[in-house]
Amino acid sequence: MKVFLYLLVGAIGGVLGGMGMGGGTLLIPLLTIILKVGQHTAQAVNLISFIPMAIISLIIHIKNKLIEKKNALLIIIPGCIFCIAGALLSKSVSNTLLTKLFGGFLVLLACVQFVVKLKKKS
Amino acid sequence: MKVNLEEKNKSLTKNKEIIYALIAGVFSGFINGIFGGGGGMIVVPMLTELLKYKSKVAHATAILIILPISIISSIFYAAFGNFNLGIGIPTGIGVTLGGLIGAFLLSKIKAKWVSIIFSFVMFGAGVKMLFF
Repeated sequence: MKVFLYLLVGAIGGVLGGMGMGGGTLLIPLLTIILKVGQHTAQAVNLISFIPMAIISLIIHIKNKLIEKKNALLIIIPGCIFCIAGALLSKSVSNTLLTKLFGGFLVLLACVQFVVKLKKKS
Repeated sequence: MKVNLEEKNKSLTKNKEIIYALIAGVFSGFINGIFGGGGGMIVVPMLTELLKYKSKVAHATAILIILPISIISSIFYAAFGNFNLGIGIPTGIGVTLGGLIGAFLLSKIKAKWVSIIFSFVMFGAGVKMLFF
């Protein structure tokens, strides 16, 4: 049944996210490519599924004293303002175009990450 | 004279920190809003390279940052009618379970190779979404 597939895909994305690999970023293509979910829907699902896991992770990280609060608000406040701009922009764009933009973003990210990793190895 | 120079350097560094923090917020927030994700992948390197956070602290603090941003984005996406409960609930449960497994795995496995494979998979997925 499809419910099990969504559970599985979510788990894969969650495992990667739990390892700090930005699993959410992979969850969206998993949903759209394998399960044929629309781009806007996949993005919404990713956003909302992130919340419970983030809260749990955060509690653990706070206990382990890994959180640096110093400049956090300086990052969060503009973040919250500009995410609204991003969300409004994504609404105005078609599923097809958003998919391509997202794909381009992934390609860019992968290349930059790969180059940085190569540099670090040498 | 020396004390004045030290103080000047300190305030310059503080100003740089403030600007870097604001920039990190702007970019990660915008990406989170337009793509419903990926903000974390933008903010972590900014925290490590610009703000000189240690890697573990950067990854942990990134969650603190992306959480409120994601909540606000979620509200907008839900308001736009993009959220589908039939997909969202099982996926959300899967993500939470997977996240617990992933956090456990992180302490057991060396993440280096996993992240290289991850880059390849991201690249492949990106190409598929761009051209097909």
